[in-house]
Amino acid sequence: MPRYLMSVFGSPEPGPDSPTMTREEKLQSFADTGAFNDKLEREGHFVFADGLASALTATTVDGRGDQPVITDGPYLETKEYIGGFWVIDVPDLDVALTLAAEASHACREIVEVRPFQTEADIEAMLA
Amino acid sequence: MTDASEALARAHRDEWARVVAGLARRFGLDVAEDAAAEAFATAVERWPSDGVPANPGGWLVTTATRKAIDRLRRDAQRSAKYEAALMITDDSPPPETGPIEDDRLRLVFTCCHPALAMQARVALTLRMLGGLTVAEIARAFLVAETTMGQRITRAKAKIQAAHIPYRVPDENDLRLRLAGVLAVVYLIFNEGYLTSSGSDPLRVDLSDEAIRLGRLLHTLLPLDGEVTGLLSLMLLTDARRAARVSATGELVTLQDQDRGAWDRAMIEEGQTLVRERLASGAPLGRLQVLAAMNVVHTSAPTARDTDWSQIVALYDRLAAIDPSPIVRLNRAVALAEVDGPGVALAEVGRLASTLDSYHLLHATRAELLRRLGRSTEARAAYDRALALTANPAEQLHLARRRAQLPSRTS
Repeated sequence: MPRYLMSVFGSPEPGPDSPTMTREEKLQSFADTGAFNDKLEREGHFVFADGLASALTATTVDGRGDQPVITDGPYLETKEYIGGFWVIDVPDLDVALTLAAEASHACREIVEVRPFQTEADIEAMLA
Repeated sequence: MTDASEALARAHRDEWARVVAGLARRFGLDVAEDAAAEAFATAVERWPSDGVPANPGGWLVTTATRKAIDRLRRDAQRSAKYEAALMITDDSPPPETGPIEDDRLRLVFTCCHPALAMQARVALTLRMLGGLTVAEIARAFLVAETTMGQRITRAKAKIQAAHIPYRVPDENDLRLRLAGVLAVVYLIFNEGYLTSSGSDPLRVDLSDEAIRLGRLLHTLLPLDGEVTGLLSLMLLTDARRAARVSATGELVTLQDQDRGAWDRAMIEEGQTLVRERLASGAPLGRLQVLAAMNVVHTSAPTARDTDWSQIVALYDRLAAIDPSPIVRLNRAVALAEVDGPGVALAEVGRLASTLDSYHLLHATRAELLRRLGRSTEARAAYDRALALTANPAEQLHLARRRAQLPSRTS
């Protein structure tokens, strides 16, 4: 079955300082996300999911040259960063989009859905 | 036209979507498109000399299927993986019957999938369902052929890579997804209708294409009210096309149109469709209400005979479904005919800040101010409307209306 990455986008420092949600709202969002994960497991769509620490804790590494170049901070300079992600296993994009809508609703953030490469894609790339 | 070229034109019109749709289920969209094009090219070569086959549709499906399998064989020589794919696709079950299982409906929903950009949906729909060439679509939208080719190629690549399914959506999603399909067809219609100045004879007629697509959808989903609503709306609008632009290329408003130039057969067909919906007693969706308004307009022998209170009542129904400022603006135009220009102007005034950059707000204000004898304000409103529209037919119309205002000194 096709696999999709569902990335969650948000500000670099969600944490307890985030002004947009109260503590109760955050707890409710955690509970909703947990319930969504349970549903994914039950229906056989769950591959992996987790939240990431703040983008400010990221380190960028360029190992293409002789010596690796290590830089503090995320690679892309944007206002919003990936805050977590799911990997799901579903029959097609329609199912993935339905689940992404539920995921977005549960975690209160925007979700991007992107398919993983398949063997056929790699064959086509090498053809 | 010879018998063969007539048969070819008819087959292309009637069978293209069916051939692509049937093949797409077995071989994917990309192979289906190329194989269908090759099959029609072969028909162009053979039919004039060999004669038109007894069953042109069947001949085309068989020929296209053979082309698709040939292509997969060629690909298979490059990769053993494709060989395996070929074995599977060769065992494809025969197509199911019944309208909801029609492959063309699957094709409709795939081409109009919400995960594709609107421009890509329009292009794919015209290519895969309408059978237009990439060159024709490019010309219709005034973009380079390579640009349009890339747009279609990218869309097909996304369909494949993202696994956009080839199927009719579930009951839960059907209504929303169908509304998206109808939006694509209506966009194609308006693109043709609003730009139909006829300056380019090689430009395919997008309004005609949209009506053909509307008829196809109506064949596939005869019981859906909004599908019927869209088809009748397009027919009742297009019936007035000949009267809508003057010989000098100026827009002619409904009020001033020569009603004798309207296409009575199209009006008859459109009105019958709306009456069927009204008789069904089911609640009317947005497109059906719009179609019903056009029934009122096309039923009036002269503009003065228009049943404006009926139009206002229909706008009230529309506002309940779609409470947008544009709907309120259009309602105000009808309201002027029932309660007078003063009442309408007050309503338009309440929309002024929201719709300040919309030329028809200012054009409407100008007409109402003119009727109230407030020429100076009307002139300023015409100026605003003129500055906001790029459509030459509308500009001519607005400029003439402005010129007809009583002069400042009077």
